[in-house]
Amino acid sequence: MRKWVAGLALTVIMLFLLISAISMRPFGEPTETEMDDYMNENGQEETGSNNIVTAVVFDYRGFDTLGEATVLFTAVTGVALLMHKKKEGEQ
Amino acid sequence: MNPMSRIVRTVTRYLYPFVILFGFYIIIHGHLTPGGGFQGGAVIASAFAMVIVAFGSKHVDRWYSEEKFSVVESSGLLAFVTLAFLGIGVMFFYNFLANGRSTSLPWLFGDITSGINSGALNTAGTIPLMNIAVGLEVLAGLGAIVYMMFHGREA
Repeated sequence: MRKWVAGLALTVIMLFLLISAISMRPFGEPTETEMDDYMNENGQEETGSNNIVTAVVFDYRGFDTLGEATVLFTAVTGVALLMHKKKEGEQ
Repeated sequence: MNPMSRIVRTVTRYLYPFVILFGFYIIIHGHLTPGGGFQGGAVIASAFAMVIVAFGSKHVDRWYSEEKFSVVESSGLLAFVTLAFLGIGVMFFYNFLANGRSTSLPWLFGDITSGINSGALNTAGTIPLMNIAVGLEVLAGLGAIVYMMFHGREA
């Protein structure tokens, strides 16, 4: 019985993955290209950066990068809270 | 953790400056080539991890300490937020140095970019400065995580 249930579940998941793989859009052809074209055309002029990825990460979406840096800072704080070794004489 | 063999320690000693140099190359060229502050900082932190593994966590106390890591990390994040706030006259994260917009600091990454990537390092305004700030934060943050976790094992 368990074998049949596992086989059925596997078949359903396989079918779902196969259907989504077949119906996927071809690589490099998004439905909306306005934002990409805008950044490719004006990114160099507006930010001065030749690397458009960096222009997006540090200029257009700088606030997101600030969040990422804060996440890393919080992670380090958590590790320090757990792993901090007390020196002699420290309470 | 005890130090590893003499071979590993010697290789580490020769490899260490080159890994650090490569990490800073990735950070400084963030606005021209793939990479940036996060990636270069991770490369440099891996150099710290290599030294800690090769020499043993007790032995590296001469070079690294929690205080040094936390000072560099906090100053990196502070520099990043300060650079973001410096453009607040127009908007948050405004690139006020790029393409010769600044009249007082035109020499600070202020060259005008044109055409395809010519590899001119002195461009892109605040982006290289932010890359350096984030790079310092990431290298000290990941280095501190590796350092503190290796110390925690002995407690």
